[in-house]
Amino acid sequence: MAVLRAGKTNNEADQPSSPVLRFGPDKPLKLDAGSVLSPFQIAYQTYGTLNDARSNAILVCHALTGDQHVANTNPVTGKPGWWEVLIGPGKIIDTNRFFIICSNVIGGCLGSTGPASTNPATGKPYGLDLPIITIPDMVRAQLMLVDHFGIEKLFCVLGGSMGGMQVLEWASSYPERVFSALPIATGARHSSQNIAFHEVGRQAVMADPEWHGGKYFDYGKRPEKGLAVARMAAHITYLSEAALHRKFGRNLQDRDALTFGFDADFQIESYLRHQGMTFVDRFDANSYLYMTRAMDYFDLAADHGGRLADAFAGTKTRFCLVSFTSDWLFPTEESRSIVHALNAAGASVSFVEIETDRGHDAFLLDEPELFAAINGFIGSAARARGLGA
Amino acid sequence: MSVNDTQRVDLEVVANLIPSQSRVLDVGSGDGSLLELLQDTKQVDGRGLELSQRGVNECVARGLSVIQGDADKDLEFYPDKGFDFVVLSQTLQATRNPKLVLDELLRIGERAIVSFPNFGHWRVRLSLFVQGRMPVTKDLPYSWYDTPNIHFCTIRDFVNLCDELGATVEKATALDANGQKIGLSMPWWFWNFFGQQAVFLLRR
Repeated sequence: MAVLRAGKTNNEADQPSSPVLRFGPDKPLKLDAGSVLSPFQIAYQTYGTLNDARSNAILVCHALTGDQHVANTNPVTGKPGWWEVLIGPGKIIDTNRFFIICSNVIGGCLGSTGPASTNPATGKPYGLDLPIITIPDMVRAQLMLVDHFGIEKLFCVLGGSMGGMQVLEWASSYPERVFSALPIATGARHSSQNIAFHEVGRQAVMADPEWHGGKYFDYGKRPEKGLAVARMAAHITYLSEAALHRKFGRNLQDRDALTFGFDADFQIESYLRHQGMTFVDRFDANSYLYMTRAMDYFDLAADHGGRLADAFAGTKTRFCLVSFTSDWLFPTEESRSIVHALNAAGASVSFVEIETDRGHDAFLLDEPELFAAINGFIGSAARARGLGA
Repeated sequence: MSVNDTQRVDLEVVANLIPSQSRVLDVGSGDGSLLELLQDTKQVDGRGLELSQRGVNECVARGLSVIQGDADKDLEFYPDKGFDFVVLSQTLQATRNPKLVLDELLRIGERAIVSFPNFGHWRVRLSLFVQGRMPVTKDLPYSWYDTPNIHFCTIRDFVNLCDELGATVEKATALDANGQKIGLSMPWWFWNFFGQQAVFLLRR
């Protein structure tokens, strides 16, 4: 929390608390936007030990506002890693057994090159001078990280939401590098409705007078109000009507009667305000613009002549897709269309739809059926990979 | 559908028709018994399609490669000759369009294996003839108003449908009330009368 607030600059962006891999001018990152990023860096975390055959590596891809701190205390928030319910010693994804890699994606703000990073050409943060980053760009950078570890073939690539998009991109562009793929609560493209919500968020950020055309660091400011509103709107899409109703209903916050004003009378209001406020403490506004854009641009079928099955032609990767009944950001139909494409490509695919009222965010929560599916899929893939029990 | 002893015999008959390391799609894979049997004993590359989400989730949790889907709607997404064998075990009678489903099976698989309860069995005939009521037997345990089975056929009906679809019957087996195979030398009418279940190996 202190990191961003203190000097109104993002120290984690340049000097992250996690390991960081730096690529010099000899190793530029080719971007879909047409330019290259050079020099650039990737911040990452690893857990467990890479075996001698280098065959037990699992790459975890984070969602829109996630980071590399998947199974350790987050240095910015002081909270547990975002998937510690799943990943750790003796857990479903057992760090005693597998070597887990999680990187901060390019365009992020926790140590991989992003808009908050210092532009070597100017000595100031990139801001909007950073080229637009796409999901394939993020994956291309992750590939360089994986190469750095000398890993020929990842045992599994998994992730939810934007992380799931990266999983699909990995499996499509580098099928020979991915033994198994587990995309959760995601889609092969960002829908019009999803783009619409993202646009609301971006407009909220850019409408904040402190945004200063993206150069807020130069002014010692940050568009906190705009970013908080963006987060509030997005957060609603991560939940479901039923879950909100169960949790908050129309309950009043710290009062017995309506105030007939615009204070946070309702619990849901103060909940959203809290979500918005804590988010600005840990995330960079420009990074939010870049990340949402990356998701909006993702369309795997369009990259393959409009036929999604062609994105997976001849794949040997084992797939397991998971969706949630109450997810209206990435409804089950999105996963089902991927499953159909994988069927058409003759791929090995499992597909589980989990009944829950917890909405999109269910993939981050303690969902026994999700864990059972992941456990079954990973276990069977491990046997097929000769990784023993 | 409850798995009773007779049905287990049916699964074994199906499994015996499938060589090791084949690519198999099990349509209506239920609790995954057949896929698990094939995976454990024949090292097949097995996939399943199952209507009930609960069944699918259990299968995936057990490490089987199964997706939720409807035989009537989702077979069109599979490529031609994508599998060595496509199995439809005790499911044909529950499909909306058995002819289309069978046609798809023959398209997707080099071979199709279909097993179904024989509605021409003497017990069924007797029950309808004597009691004048829809039969409820060990293999057909549902009442008429509460059954997933909407398209019953007899062995003879099925053979006619195969003819119509240009399918060649490579092997056929009828199982009697005890799950025992009825002798190969018996004529069709005998199978149609005494077979409680039938298992067909087809190709086109």
